[in-house]
Amino acid sequence: MSVFINQDTKVLVQGITGSTALFHTKQMVEYGTKIVGGVTPKKGGTEVEGIPVFNTVQEAVENTGANASVIYVPAPFAADAIIEAVDAELDLVICITEHIPVMDMVKVKRYMEGKNTRLVGPNCPGVITPEECKIGIMPGYIHKKGHIGVVSRSGTLTYEAVHQLSEAGFGQSTAVGIGGDPVNGTDFIDVLKAFNEDPETEAVMMIGEIGGTAEEEAAEWVKANMTKPVIGFIGGRTAPPGKRMGHAGAIISGGKGTAEEKIKVMNNCGIKVAETPSVMGETVISVLEEKGLIEKCKTH
Amino acid sequence: MNIHEYQGKEILRKYGVAVPNGKVAFTVEEAVKASEELGTDISVVKAQIHAGGRGKAGGVKIAKNIEEVRTYADEILGKTLVTHQTGPEGKEVKRLLIEEGCDIKQEYYIGLVLDRATSRVTMMASEEGGTEIEEVAAETPEKIFKEVIDPITGLLPYQARRLAFNINIPEEYLSKAVKFMMGLYQVFVEKDCSIAEINPLVTTGDGEVLALDAKLNFDDNALFRQKDIVEYRDLEEEDEKEIEASKYDLSYIALDGNIGCMVNGAGLAMATMDIIKHYNGDPANFLDVGGGATAEKVTEAFKIILSDKNVKGIFVNIFGGIMKCDVIAEGVVQATKEVGLTIPLVVRLEGTNVDAGKKILADSGLNITPAESMADGAEQIVALVNEA
Repeated sequence: MSVFINQDTKVLVQGITGSTALFHTKQMVEYGTKIVGGVTPKKGGTEVEGIPVFNTVQEAVENTGANASVIYVPAPFAADAIIEAVDAELDLVICITEHIPVMDMVKVKRYMEGKNTRLVGPNCPGVITPEECKIGIMPGYIHKKGHIGVVSRSGTLTYEAVHQLSEAGFGQSTAVGIGGDPVNGTDFIDVLKAFNEDPETEAVMMIGEIGGTAEEEAAEWVKANMTKPVIGFIGGRTAPPGKRMGHAGAIISGGKGTAEEKIKVMNNCGIKVAETPSVMGETVISVLEEKGLIEKCKTH
Repeated sequence: MNIHEYQGKEILRKYGVAVPNGKVAFTVEEAVKASEELGTDISVVKAQIHAGGRGKAGGVKIAKNIEEVRTYADEILGKTLVTHQTGPEGKEVKRLLIEEGCDIKQEYYIGLVLDRATSRVTMMASEEGGTEIEEVAAETPEKIFKEVIDPITGLLPYQARRLAFNINIPEEYLSKAVKFMMGLYQVFVEKDCSIAEINPLVTTGDGEVLALDAKLNFDDNALFRQKDIVEYRDLEEEDEKEIEASKYDLSYIALDGNIGCMVNGAGLAMATMDIIKHYNGDPANFLDVGGGATAEKVTEAFKIILSDKNVKGIFVNIFGGIMKCDVIAEGVVQATKEVGLTIPLVVRLEGTNVDAGKKILADSGLNITPAESMADGAEQIVALVNEA
């Protein structure tokens, strides 16, 4: 078991003929992900890397039985690509594209109300269930199969956490990058719920950053519902207010969204927060020790 | 992206949102001419900088005749205004807005922002006009009213009416207030605003509802489809290093410290600043070189970091995922040689091809201090900078 994706997930690549998409498609195939088709308008009927390309998502689904897609379409066209995938009733849509206009995402979110498709991202590294399925742009080899769930708003910071865990001998059930945008499809709570219900997951590392109140809401949810330990980290303690720190969503505005506030709420909700990014792994391990989960979680 | 008040008002006017008549002036003579053309008894001379709090800093003056316009324009142009938003160094005034005076009855606040919790645009209104909305939110939150807007229908007239009633705009101004709010929402969505703030919105003695001030910010990600907004960009209001960085697709933000940082990924870049601070150092900047960092990008990043004269050392922190460490190492070596680096440089590499990367740095013969981890790197650069 795992969350969102596994070895049976059949994936379409939207925008497959672009250079970034092609590069990552090869990496995903090498990792063992079942890439069943690609979509690029006007390239239908061709093949890339032995993968059939279709003009529309609907046509691709009909011909391949795909149940998920990953989007590398350029930002001006990405909202349209997401809605096309939702309209084709895929279970999961992962949008890697960054710099999508906020107003486009407001419309996408509204369109998705009442639909069954899960959107992860945009502006995210993707989702990986180690040794089964990798959808996105993360370096596969740092991940090891195991029992720690990882959820994060940041790409490289996730790699950092995963690397620390793998080095220490603690594999991951699934790592989910929810992305750094202010409007996204899947939030912390969605992923925490899934990890809470996943029998393979024993503990969760949650990596947040300044801006918005998603971490605070997630912490309250953890306090009320989570049966598994959650360990946190928040990036941006030293970020000045009013400045967007790379991610569109990473901004302290009107005194709201500071790291201090998030850490305070997380601590109050029983989440141990790593003091620095270099002790994320250590902090997880210290909590596993406290809870007597070391044996269960040590994978290699 | 930010624009000036007078530019914001130009946009509002195009959408039928009422604003006082006014003209921009770059010189004292232009200011006087503008006032003559307006032909009103009273003119307001307003400093145009990308920061709030201008009034308190002496950047807004009411002139009762042409001579006063001349005096105030002369006084404000070229003056450095220090407000709570400019930082201690302040901002030099290079443009003025000369505007007709109006007979203000009452001041209100109207703002539009994205509400992240609902993923919808929200209109906020308050009868505490002229005060910072954050202050109102902290002290009298019951005086702020909100309407969450469905993107399918847009702001509906009943929502605008409800806001107007809630903030006690007198009935005789109701239809004009509703028209104002509907127009402002139209501007927000059609122009891809990230903030639209009218503070104050005023009712006047001659029955008008006007935007006395206008703060419009725009979503950088949408500028590709807002060519007319891009025309409004005033580079003199932006940090030179940030402008230079944006040319190379580098995400850079200047800070006050003395340790330059170069990192891949926004989250890791923020965390790197944090860990430097944790070891009692002071980061000079936030810099994300992005996923596809090439030797050229690394070189440009170094140049930008070094153009900050406060920088006494550099910490490069790379987690090579798809980006290979040996490629980054080559870039660092090439950049170090090209810019003739004389200050301490600590490099922490982790991830794909890390051993090859470390070897390149070691074999380069350059004075590069390798770090074993993020923490180790932060400790080392702080120590090196303190020694120097």
